[in-house]
Amino acid sequence: MIPEKTTLPKPRFAINVENMVKIYGSGPNAVKALKEVNLAVRPGEVVGLLGPSGSGKTTLLHCLGAVIEPTSGRITLGGEVIYDNGWGKQDFRTLRRDKIGFIFQAPYLFPFISALDNVAILPMLTGRSNRQARERALELLTVLEVDHRAHVKPSKLSGGEQQRVAIARALANQPALILADEPTAPLDSERSLIVMKILTQMAERYNTAIIVVTHDDLIIPRFKRLYRIRDGIVHEEQGQGLPFPD
Amino acid sequence: MINLAIKEIVHTRFRYFLTAVGLGLLIGTTLTMVGLVRGMAADAVTLIRSSNADLWVVQKNTEGPFAESSTMYDDVYRSIAGLRGVAGAANAAYLTLQIGQGNREVRALVVGFDPDSSLGAPPHLVAGRPITRSHYEAIADVKTGFKVGDKIMIRRDEYTVVGLTSGMVSSSGDPVVFITLQDAQTEQFEKDNDYIYNERARLAANPEFNPPDDPGLLQAITSYQESSNMVNTVLVRVAPGYDPNAVAAYIRRWKYYSVYTYQPMAQLLLVNVNGIALRQLGMFMAILTIVGVAIIMLIIYIMTMGKIKEIAILKLIGAKNRTIVSMILQEAWGLGVLGFFIGKIAASLWAPLFPKRIEFIFTDSITAFLFTMFFCTLASVLSIRAALKVQPSSAIGD
Repeated sequence: MIPEKTTLPKPRFAINVENMVKIYGSGPNAVKALKEVNLAVRPGEVVGLLGPSGSGKTTLLHCLGAVIEPTSGRITLGGEVIYDNGWGKQDFRTLRRDKIGFIFQAPYLFPFISALDNVAILPMLTGRSNRQARERALELLTVLEVDHRAHVKPSKLSGGEQQRVAIARALANQPALILADEPTAPLDSERSLIVMKILTQMAERYNTAIIVVTHDDLIIPRFKRLYRIRDGIVHEEQGQGLPFPD
Repeated sequence: MINLAIKEIVHTRFRYFLTAVGLGLLIGTTLTMVGLVRGMAADAVTLIRSSNADLWVVQKNTEGPFAESSTMYDDVYRSIAGLRGVAGAANAAYLTLQIGQGNREVRALVVGFDPDSSLGAPPHLVAGRPITRSHYEAIADVKTGFKVGDKIMIRRDEYTVVGLTSGMVSSSGDPVVFITLQDAQTEQFEKDNDYIYNERARLAANPEFNPPDDPGLLQAITSYQESSNMVNTVLVRVAPGYDPNAVAAYIRRWKYYSVYTYQPMAQLLLVNVNGIALRQLGMFMAILTIVGVAIIMLIIYIMTMGKIKEIAILKLIGAKNRTIVSMILQEAWGLGVLGFFIGKIAASLWAPLFPKRIEFIFTDSITAFLFTMFFCTLASVLSIRAALKVQPSSAIGD
């Protein structure tokens, strides 16, 4: 059964980053990778993150994903301050598990379990029973139209199907934020557009903010809002917001 | 939570099984080495255990008859048999030689025993009958390859195999052939014709042994030289209620011979006769175990490193360390269990092909299994350390 849209009360921003700085090293060897980053994404919104190699994109993703600690600043995720010049009392793994979804360049599905279990593993990690977790996974696979491939191992799935399963996995725990690191990189133009369309639909359906790192010229015009990063400085831009082809 | 370890094992079952086979063969080789050491130790004492004796009386100041040569007169046993605490005594002779049968030769330990005594006799027959004639009949261990009715050559005499026994080997693993004591004395001490002829001529030419005024002296000396009334040991059965050590001390005191009870004799065989071989095998076994442990560690480490990306993603999506640790441990233990059983089966299959006895003991198998599991766990520690060091950030970007 396809679930209805989530009706939880919305915080104003799914993620709100204020004056975030990240410095690697110290003293004369210190490198300021992120400089006073300000960024905010509303629930259900998909924004692009653009920038050349070495601009600080990965560092920004690591900080937003609670994988590395910023040097200073404030991060509010799903209405909860998780960093304010220091981490709160959260267990980062629990934080990532419950509030952040990840989509990678390659799907990076676990090759030894079925598509269904690749999605179900997230709810299982939260302590849900196998049956509940698989029901949730099947719902998502149905929404993403890969339910007919649910019991197939990833190696038997096409690239597009694998990426849909990866999207379902990212959505499995209803995160406030999904970080998508070049999710269309391995796909052709047609499939890239399909995946981006799906991401946009999922963001709206599940009220999840999605930050998409991309270099894809075909995708960039589809964002309504963009963040461009260069030398650790983030600028907000208005996107073209072109509609996706049917 | 689904069991990731089992899922991965099933997914990579062919590779996993092949890895387990490799590990199993290594474990099987180690088990065989242990069995070989056990077999050698068991072989070393087979003869003394089956001889039905409590004491071995040998030439004074020797560690005979197995570790050193020992020669005694064959009438000594009579005086020992009459001592207090002695239920029975019998002579025995041992000689290792090549026994011919047709075109082939078999290295064997020939045991001369007194057919009128149970001491030193073959303990059981698997075919044929006991020796009933005084001469030229033999009972052979099945390992010799002889069959009942075969004609075999011991030195220059032909014997007929009348019975077969099994499991009777010397301390060095050679199969045993039993003949009568009288025959054994002949084969051990009898000189060849040329030697006798030459020796008689030499004695006759020596005026000290052949004085003109005493013609009987030469005959006496010749008879004495050609006699074969020596044995290697006297086997003694202690009467019920008597302490073998006390009886042994009594014989030592009054008869001026060296006497060994079972334990010192077994120790002599294990330490003096087979000590170096056993130590050699022990060293080899130790090296094999170390190599095995290194290979187990390497296999498990490589297995873990092969899924480092999956581990990083697991950490990124919030899996607890115990989920990852449990996955590595379960895979390592699975490999250990599978490898052990493959090794055990392989060792059981190839053991009968070995020329020497391979003895598997249940406690050795249990110990080997526990060792395998322990080393699999130890090997996992290295992999677990590496896995826990993996940064979840390595799953994003780069």
